Order: sequence, then C-alpha cells, then structure tokens
Amino acid sequence: MSWILIVEQSLNGLQFGLMLFLLAAGLTLVFGIMDMINLAHGSLYMLGAFLASSFVAATGSFVAGVLLAIPATAILGMVLEVSVLRTLYARDHLSQVLATFALILILNEAVRLAWGPDAALAMPAALAGPVELLPGLPYPAYRLVIIAVGLLVALLLFFLVTKTKVGMLVRAGASNREMALAMGVNIKLLFTLVFGAGAALCALAGAMLAPLFAVQVGMGENILILAFVVIVIGGIGSIRGALVGAVLVGVVDTIGRAFLPILFGLFFQPRVASAAGPAIASVAIYVLMAVVLFFRPKGLFPARG
Amino acid sequence: MKIRSAVIAAACALAFAPLSSTYAADKVKIGFISTLSGPSGAIGVDIRDAFQLAIKMNGGQLGGLPAEVLVGDDQFKPDVGRQLAEKYVKSDRVNFLTGIVFSNIMLAAVPIAFDNKTLYVSPNAAPSPLAGKQCNPYFFVASWPNDAYHEAAGQHASNRGFKSAYLIAPNYQAGKDSLAGFKRFYKGSVVAEVYTQLGQLDYAAEIAQVRAAKPDTLYIFLPGGMGINFIKQYVGAGMSSQVPLIVPGFGSDQDIIRPVGSAMLGLFDTAHWAMDLDNAANRKFVAAFEKEYKRLPTVFAAQGYDTAMLIGAAVRDTKGKIEDVEAVRRALRAAKFESVRGAFKFNRNQYPIQNYYLRVVAKDSQGRIVNKTIGTVFKDHGDAYVQDCAMK
Repeated sequence: MSWILIVEQSLNGLQFGLMLFLLAAGLTLVFGIMDMINLAHGSLYMLGAFLASSFVAATGSFVAGVLLAIPATAILGMVLEVSVLRTLYARDHLSQVLATFALILILNEAVRLAWGPDAALAMPAALAGPVELLPGLPYPAYRLVIIAVGLLVALLLFFLVTKTKVGMLVRAGASNREMALAMGVNIKLLFTLVFGAGAALCALAGAMLAPLFAVQVGMGENILILAFVVIVIGGIGSIRGALVGAVLVGVVDTIGRAFLPILFGLFFQPRVASAAGPAIASVAIYVLMAVVLFFRPKGLFPARG
Repeated sequence: MKIRSAVIAAACALAFAPLSSTYAADKVKIGFISTLSGPSGAIGVDIRDAFQLAIKMNGGQLGGLPAEVLVGDDQFKPDVGRQLAEKYVKSDRVNFLTGIVFSNIMLAAVPIAFDNKTLYVSPNAAPSPLAGKQCNPYFFVASWPNDAYHEAAGQHASNRGFKSAYLIAPNYQAGKDSLAGFKRFYKGSVVAEVYTQLGQLDYAAEIAQVRAAKPDTLYIFLPGGMGINFIKQYVGAGMSSQVPLIVPGFGSDQDIIRPVGSAMLGLFDTAHWAMDLDNAANRKFVAAFEKEYKRLPTVFAAQGYDTAMLIGAAVRDTKGKIEDVEAVRRALRAAKFESVRGAFKFNRNQYPIQNYYLRVVAKDSQGRIVNKTIGTVFKDHGDAYVQDCAMK
C-alpha cells in the first residue's frame, strides 16, 4: 500500500461525497423547509438522467443537454408540487411516505413507457480518459469535473441562502414556518420555488452522474437511501450540513471499502478477514450515522434551533 | 376385508383413471413465472418475449397442440413466485412450469412442482444444489449451470496465459459461487478476491486497488446495473487498456451494451450462445426476434426460445399424450430439438452438456455493437456436481 493509493482513495472519497451532495442538497431543502418526506426525490433524479440522455442525443452536445435537462426537470417538479404534493403538507409523515412511494412506482412505469428500461448517456469524449495528477497517479478527468461542479454548487447555494432575499425567506421557513407565515411570507410560492430548485439539483445530479452510473428505471431508489443518511448526519434543512455529511459519508464509505479488508488482514486469518472486511465496510456509514446521532441527535448542523 | 380393499382399490383406480389416461390432450398448458418488473425486469421480459415468439412462429402451437401460456410476474420476490407456482400447479393444473430468472425465487417455487409431479423446465436459473445431491426427475435445465460461464472465463484466462487475476463479485451466495467457478479452471494465481456491496454505485475505490495491484487480468461478476456502473467507470479511468477485463456472457450482452455504448468495444466474455452462431435454427431465431421486437436478442432470449422448442419437441414426441408425465419426461431427456446454440444434450442430472464460446464485443457489418464469437473454450462441457446426483 503506497501513499499514492491513500491520496487516490481520499480523492475518491471526496468525489463520491460531492456526488451525494448534489442529490442531498435538494432533499434537505425540501425536507427541512416544508417538513415533507419526499421519497420521489429519487424519481426526479432518474427523470433528470433520462431527460439529459434525450437532450444530449438531440443536441449532440453534453453541456447543452445537461443545461436543458435542468429547467425541464425543475418544471416537472413544480407541476408535481402544485398538483399532488401540496395537498400532503398538512398530513402526517406516514401519509407522505405512502403517497410519494406511490409516485415512485408511477414515475418508474411512466419512464419505462416513454424511454424503455434504460438509456445511454456517454461521457463527453474530451473527458473520457484519465489525467496525470501526480507522477504515478492518473485520475479520471470526468471525476475531477464532478468534484468541481459539486464545489461550485455548494458555493452557489451558500451564496443564495446566506446573501439573497429568497435565501433569507428560505432560512426563515426552515427555522420556523409558522412565524414566517405570520410575518407575511408567501409560503405557497416559496415552497413551489424551493421544490423546483430541489428538482433542478436532482436533474444536475442525475445528468452529471449518468456517464458513471447506469441510467435505468429504479436508479433513484438506490442512491436515495444514501442521500437520506447524508441529510440525517448533516442536520435536516441545512445546506452546510448536507455538504459536510456528504463528504463524511463519501470518505468513510470509500476508505472503509478500500482499507478495512487490508486492516483486517493484518490482525485476523485470511478466511475471517475476507468475510468480515466487506461486511463491516458496508455498514461503516450506518455506524457513522449512529455515532453522530448519539452525540448530536439533530445532526451536525441542525437548521431548526 | 380383502374383498373390500380390492373394491376400494378398483374404485380408486377408476376415479383416477382420467389423470393417467393415454388419450391425447387437446392443448398444452404452461405456467410462465418470471421477473417482469423492477430494475431486473429486462431479463424476464427477454425470456418471455422469445418464448412467445417460438410459439407464434409455430402458429400458436407447441409440438402439434395449441399452446396456452399463463404469464405471471414474481416481482423479484420469492414468496410471490411461490404463490404463482401454487396457483398454476394446483388450480390451473399446467403441464409445464417455466420462466423463473433468479435462483433464489426458483428454489422457493420448484418444490411445489416437484411435489405435484409437474415438470419444471428452467430457462435460466440452474443452481448447483439441484445439479448434485438434490437433483430431481422433474427438473430440467435448458440454459446452463450457474457456474459454467465463470468456469469458461477461468479457462479462457488460463488459455491466454494470464499469470495473475483479480476477482470482483457482490457479497452474496451467487457472487461467491461465480468466483469459485472461475477458480476451478484458472491455473494462474489469484491476486485478490474482492466482495462488494450488493447494489453498489461507485467503484472508484475498487478500481484504484486494481490499478495498484497490477494484475494480468480482471474478472468481474456484477449482474445488471452494478456491471453497467463498473464498466463505465473502469473505462473512464483508462483501465481497460492496462488490465484487460473479462466478464461472463450476460455481463456484456445487448442489455448492457445499449446503456454503456461504444465503451464496451473489445471486451471479452464467455457464453453458450451468440447471435452469430452459424446454424439454421439460430439464423431463423435471430431474424424473427429482431423483426418482431425491433431489438437484438440476448443470451436470455436465446434461452427462452430454446425452452419453448424443447417443450415443443417433448409434446411432439409423446404424440400429444402429455398427461403421461413419465413419457413426457423421457421425451424431454432425449432433447430432440434444434437448439439455437447448436449441439445440446442432457447429462444424467438433466443439466445440459454443451459448448461454451469466447466472444468479443465488436461492430458488425451494419455498424451495430454486438458480441462476435471468436473461439470455443469448452467442448461438450457438463458441470462439477453431477457425481453427487443419484439419478441414472
């Protein structure tokens, strides 16, 4: 095990964390501000990826395809909010879970009807290979782009939430919805806009991750579980928490997968190590979540005081 | 007392006479259970489509009898698969049961067929327990034993002279079985055997370890979306030119090529069938499948088609007297049908003995990305478990 491998795996962890952040940012906004558990968040991620694959094929440009998929998914998200989800805000969490789970099934079958079970979205050719970061450390160029986009989105959201008027309303809504309403904030419109922004982030995540992950029906459910872990660790409703939580989950998961089996090999017999290593590595992030919740029951950066 | 029991015996014989009669039936009834929805649904859909295509090409008949196929979706759940089997076997009284994709679902459902002496012809799942100690007279495999593709891949890695191999599979039973199959025929050294999470998305960590380990070859068994993720990321990391990747045949078939695209070119895999196998039955099947469904067939489709043809041959050879289960069994064992894979016969455990081919992903004359056959890895290959089977 060389130091280059350790650098590379840390980079992988950061990169996986920022991938998760793209999805978790939207989820934490919706969950934190509207107090709405939206399981269909993953379906919007799937829609974003499928729309991007169609737009990239139609325009012939990866960038144009992604940029078109984002507003298209945002509009679909807002239509969904106005037509279905709005009526669920007053209901308890169980009804929300049931209704949005139904949405997952409906959207999955709708995508299957419209596109088929899967779609292709290739990496832009210029980014398809690796670049030499350090001597002896080639790193996939596309993953570097994901790191850049993730950081850029984090910066942009941070600026939006802390420096703009809309951001102030969002923060007000997140910390005390009734008070914000009493102060005359148009909560209905704010919620629709926030939901649209969440959907746009989903589309960005779906489109950016599509060249690395399978674009297929049901792709949203798998990654949604990780996104929930991220926002619970980070503190629901907090963008900063989502960023820190995502990077923590990414690093712990990657380092665990990469080095736990080696570490076990040092102390146990090979047979035990090869069985226990992967098993422990796959629960590492849930152990992390349990530890965080034990010391900080509201997550690392709770939005609500 | 003696007389009374003789009368009862006679009465019973009369009562059950219709069941064992040798009159020809008026139709053949087939229960088809498969995974048709959800992320793994594409495989079941391919098997079903090809199965029904075979019947359609025979004018709605199998072996001279009109065929009635009852299709049910097991939703990837063993309990649902078992319920469907119960319904088809006990209340619909089907002549054959078939269709199940996944071993865990099939193992839950087949005992119902066995207990009721209903024949099960597997179009895909062929787990090792049913090949060895628990082999069953009512169980036939029209596909390939679960280990076979991996064994062929191991043999191919040996043939190519790869001295060291790195192995990756998901952390569950089939993953462990697959790597055991690879190692059974691989003569080089195994650098590492890595078990990843089922349903894992990101493989950057594993790919970095492979790069550091510098093996001669990498073998992965990552079915479905996991394989798509891995291959996309492996090619994106520029690794495919450094450490050649070998996959089992279903890991680089049309359902994987479609979403991954040209990154698949040059990948080697092993399978019992390929689109370009040169025999009359295969040419007819590939052309008809593409015309009917506007897509290219996968190994799963070929298996579905062969399953229907095998059942059809058994019905034909019993002259339609399919109520006589023993006669149908004998006819199935004889396997007198034109398989799209070419030569086919059953071992005594009713698992196939057949050839396995080396394929490479390449462009065909029309510019489509397909699997091309470039060699034979095993000739008349059976399985490693048959010696434990008591069946003659």
